[in-house]
This record gives sequence, C-alpha cells and structure tokens, in this order.
Amino acid sequence: MKTSQEARDAVGDYKSGWHDTENSTIRFDSGLSEKVVRDISKIKNEPEWMTEVRVKAYRHFAERKMPTWGNMSMLEQIDFEEVCYYLRSSSATENDWDEVPEEIRNTFERLGIPEAEQKWLSGVTAQYESEAVYHSIREDLVAQGVIFLDMDSGLREYPEIVKKWFCSVVPYSDNKFSALNTAVWSGGSFIYVPKGVHVEMPVQAYFRINAKNMGQFERTLIIADEGSSIHYVEGCTAPTYSTDSLHSAVVELVALPGSHIRYSTVQNWSANVYNLVTKRGIAHENAKIEWVDGNIGSKLTMKYPSVILKGEGSHAEVISVAYSGSGQHQDAGAKIHHLASNTTSKILSKSISKDGGRGSYRGMVTVSPKANNCKLNVVCDALILDDESRSDTYPTMEVANPTARCEHEASVSKVSDDQLFYLMSRGHTEEEALALIVNGFFEPFTRELPMEYAVELNKLMALEMEGSIG
Amino acid sequence: MFKREVVCTRIMDSSIPLLEIKNLHAGIDGNQILNGINIEIGAGEIHAIMGRNGSGKTTTANILMGHPDFEVEEGEIKLKGENLLDLEPWERAKRGVFLSFQYPQAVPGLQVGNFLKKSVASINGEEAAKGKNFRELLKKSMKELNMSSSFLSRYVNDGFSGGEKKRFEILQMMLLQPQLAILDETDSGLDIDGIRTVAMGINSSIRGTNSGALIITHYSRILDYIKPDKIHVLIDGKIVATGDSTLATDLEENGYDWLEKRVEEGGIN
Repeated sequence: MKTSQEARDAVGDYKSGWHDTENSTIRFDSGLSEKVVRDISKIKNEPEWMTEVRVKAYRHFAERKMPTWGNMSMLEQIDFEEVCYYLRSSSATENDWDEVPEEIRNTFERLGIPEAEQKWLSGVTAQYESEAVYHSIREDLVAQGVIFLDMDSGLREYPEIVKKWFCSVVPYSDNKFSALNTAVWSGGSFIYVPKGVHVEMPVQAYFRINAKNMGQFERTLIIADEGSSIHYVEGCTAPTYSTDSLHSAVVELVALPGSHIRYSTVQNWSANVYNLVTKRGIAHENAKIEWVDGNIGSKLTMKYPSVILKGEGSHAEVISVAYSGSGQHQDAGAKIHHLASNTTSKILSKSISKDGGRGSYRGMVTVSPKANNCKLNVVCDALILDDESRSDTYPTMEVANPTARCEHEASVSKVSDDQLFYLMSRGHTEEEALALIVNGFFEPFTRELPMEYAVELNKLMALEMEGSIG
Repeated sequence: MFKREVVCTRIMDSSIPLLEIKNLHAGIDGNQILNGINIEIGAGEIHAIMGRNGSGKTTTANILMGHPDFEVEEGEIKLKGENLLDLEPWERAKRGVFLSFQYPQAVPGLQVGNFLKKSVASINGEEAAKGKNFRELLKKSMKELNMSSSFLSRYVNDGFSGGEKKRFEILQMMLLQPQLAILDETDSGLDIDGIRTVAMGINSSIRGTNSGALIITHYSRILDYIKPDKIHVLIDGKIVATGDSTLATDLEENGYDWLEKRVEEGGIN
C-alpha cells in the first residue's frame, strides 16, 4: 500500500495546488421551473440554441411520467421540489468536514486515501489540482490535438462540435431523467480525440482530482474520431459523500469508424443518493465501445450502459458489477442494439446482495431484421450472501434476424458453509474468507480496471464484509 | 539496517504427545457418529485410519479442523497439550493443523498463486510469504508434484480434475508446513503415479521432522509408500483395531468382514 507521502509524491504537492475557487457562491432556491432553467443558461452565458434545448427538455421532463418499471416505490419518494438545481462553485465551501459521517471518514482512512483527497471526495474542500500531473497530462494531450475540457468550457470554446453531437446519442426525450439532465446539466467532461490519435494512458489521474467531474447533473460527451482510441476513467472507489440526494448524469459516446472507446466507472455514492444515469454510445463501422461499470453505493441506482451498433463490424462490451447492501437497490444491466451486419456484443453482469440488499440485472439485446451474422453473448451471475437479500434477472432478447448467434447464461449462487470452511482451514477468518469469495466473484470485472482502482475495490469489499458474520 | 528476526521456539517436551484424542463422542444434526475415539500421535509419527464409508473417518477429520456443523458431545482433542475444541478453524490452522480435503472447494476468481501467498502469510507470517524463500519453496514443491507454473494463474479448484485437486492440497501442505497434517482420502481418485507422487510429498514434509500426520484412507495402496507407524481401524465410530502396517495388508486380503467378525467374537485389541 502506498503511504500518503508516496501518494503525494506521485501526484505532486496538494498544498501548492489548492485553488480557492470563486468565493461568491450562487445557490438557487430549491425547485424547478422554466425560469430556473433559463436562469442557469443565462448565468453560464450560453448560446441561445443551448437555452432552447434546455427549455424543451424541461417541458418534456415536466410532462413525462415516472418510469413504470424498476423500483417504483423508491422512485416515488423523490421530491423534485426539494432538489437544488444549480450551485456555482464547489458545494465544498458550504460543507464542514466535521459533518461528514464518521463511518465514511473511517473508510477513507482504512483505504489509505490521503487526507486532502478524503476531504475533496467528501465535497468539503475546494477543488484541488496537482499542477504537475494536471499539466503533464494536459500538455501531452494538447500536443496530440486532443480536446479535454469540462463540459461548460467545451461549450464555450468549441460550440460547433458540441452543437453537432449534443443530444445526438441520448435525446432529451429518451427518458424522464435524461430530460431533467438536459434541462439543468452542469459540469461533466468534453473530450474530442482527433483521427488516428491513440491516447495511451487511461485519463484518470486528472479526473480523479477534478471536482467538477462529480457534479449532480453532469453531462459528458466523448467523440473518438476515425481510428482513434481513448480509455476514460470516471468516479472513484472511495465512498463519495454527498448531501445532494439526486444524481442524474448523461454520458454520450460517439465512436466514429475504426475507433475504440473504453469508459470505466466505479461509483460508491453514500446511501442517501438516487443515482439515475443514462449512458449510451453509438459505434460506427468497425468501432468498439466498452463500458466497465461498477456500482457499490447509493440508495437506488438505475443504470443500463447502452451501445447502438450502427456500423458494420462494430463491437460492444458491457462488463458490470453491483453490490447492494442494507436498504440498497442496484437495478443495473446493459442494452445493446445490433443495427448492422457482422456486429458482435458481450455482456457480463455480476451482482452481490447482502443484508437485505437487492440486485437486479435488467438487460436488453436486440438484433434488427437487416443485421446479418451478429453474435451476442450475455452472462449474468448473482451471488446472494444471506437469506434476507434478493436478486432478480430481467433479460430481454429481441432477435429479428435468423442468422444471429445468441448465447445467454445466468446463475444465482450462495456462499456455502463448506466453501467458507475450506478457506478458514487455511488460516483465514470467516470475514476474510467471505472477502476472498466476494473478490473472486468480482475478479472478471476487477481485472479490467486500472491497478489502483482494482486494489481499492478489493479493499473496499473486504471492509464491506467486516462485521457481517453473526 | 538492523533486521529483527522473530524466532519462534517450539517447546518440545517428549512427554506431551503431538495429538491426543480422548474418548471423542460427536455427531451432526443429532446423529451420533463417533462413539468414543482414542488416538495418540507422537511427534514425527504418521498414523492411518482405515474403515468403510460411513464409519466416521471424514467426521474425525472435520472435527479435528473445527467444522462448525459438527457437535462434540464428549471427549478431548489436544495439540501439544493445548485444547483445540475451543478454537476456530483459522486458529487451529495457525497452530499448525492442516486438513487435506476429500472434496476441496472451488473459489472462482481467486488465483492459486495469490491464495497460496495469502494463506502462507496468514499461517506462517507476512515474512514467510515474501521474497526468495517463498518463491523457492513454491518452485521446489511444484516440481516435486509435477505441476507446471501455469497452475498458479488458475482459480482455486475451479475446473480442476480430481487428480489436480489432490495435488493442490498436497502443494498447500508443503507450503504451510503444518505440525499436524490430516489427509482425508487424498489417494482416492488418483492413479498409481499420482499416489506415488502424493506419497512422496507427504513423506518429504513429515518424515524427519517434528510434525505428524493422520492419513485417512479406504485402500492400503498409499500406505505401501508411506509406511505408517500405526494403523487404526474404524467401525461404527469406534476404533476396533490398532496395529502396525501389516494390519493394512490383512485388511487388503481379507476385507473388513473378517475384522468385524473378530470384534463380535471378543475383540482383537
């Protein structure tokens, strides 16, 4: 494990990187109206077309009914009038480290996360940047012609590119929460990778220390031009404490011919958060999109990373894990639409439920009549750790072309006493034995993550298993 | 820099046996299985328990390791004078008890190499799992058991053949270097070469050390290679005969019926 000094050395000295962002905090009264939406756009000084998109999205949101599937009783509890829809400057300045629940602070410490980063993750400090890392990554990318900005800056500096692709993958009318996000979005990332450019290292170091990325209604747009590639890493394994209870993001990926986008997420929201996210990518000819998606925290997550295989020979992969503890429902899965011939897809979904938690796999794979010789493979595994917990599977396959080759496997398993005894006989306590089983179950996901995330996730799951043996 | 070494001194008092099982009565779900077992194993000794299916052999092994499903109603189990019955399985493991399972459990996603390292660290200490010494012992043991290094990246017992599972149990024993190794039908499902390899592994870990072993088996074949100091025959949860390795040959030739008859006629002990 890295000591905090080593971690500081790796990213530079936080202290010298502190930014006191705007001291003037603008906070809207809670509640949403067309005026609030127009005001948000005005404060940001946005072009008129964006204001209009926001307003249209707001009107759609206001009329759109709640989804009639998923965990409806939990969804009904959301009070949209209680939510604050715009907060300029980091919410940091409003919070106090002492107000962060002790168990979250303890978890940070036990994961070995440096104190400065702990505070940032909890949203109680201003945005901090390690100048060294920030600049070296930025400079490297700029030299390759990669545009890498937060979404608001992206709109300001590259309005034509944003206008061309914004809402092209996820229309605001897609669902109630994509409409909400489009109406009030703020923050998120904007990335454009030029033709033939391969961004070698996962772009995570920068984003891990970019507070704007963690917004409540973040909006991310990534465009990989022909033959380019990028691996983007979002979120973090440590618990993300938030006083805001509604997080509704939209992520749009455009993979132009022959390009490759991998988008990895590990999210661990605190247990009061509704995490309702729309993630979708369009893959053109011979392009490849991979979602690597881990959901550990939140009260209710509804998230189904999707890929539209639009171009011939394109490929999609969705690898996801979900962990549901007490009072949590992870309703996660994947959606893949094969619209063109010779397209292939793979879904691997793993869920663990414990202490009365509920994990659901909800998946949809379609093959259109015109798409010949498609191959699709769906595997979903659930591990249930006690009798109070629950796992459901809702797989849908609509295959309208007879040449498609489809495979679907599902399994539900429990940890057996014999398995625990075997590991205990090798010197591992019952909790350690359980953590070995749980981390093994997640291994096909964990091995896809950058090393430091994988290590953190394993430690986190070991912490989750503590005190679980009664 | 000055390096501190932790020296573990094991007090070898020859009057205290390595393992003492006294008048052990035990069962599961209300069914009585063991009806008063007595076994004493001295340091450096290898004993065998033979008996038919259902005679209580595996129950004995599970109880020694501390399987939570079994209930001990009466009797004592002591390792070097220390009462084992109050200890959790991992505490027994840390005191040097090792069980080679009849049916080793699969743990998908847990890599063999990683698992071995973690287990060695847990039982013999972090230092033992680090660096050259660990790697060399691992390499040597795997060579002795005819295992290729690709084995290390597989998942624990996941998709292993019967023979691979048994070899992996012995590999763990060789790395963990237990005080007391209990081998529950490690020979079943192995071919002749496998039995010979496994027997060599057992001999090299126990013979000439202060450790001891208890070998549970149906067949006398593995005993040809190991030559136990004592053989105990278990029938209906009781040891009806104890003898030297010639007892195994008698059983091989005459079966258990012969012994049962002798017991009915007044015992042979």
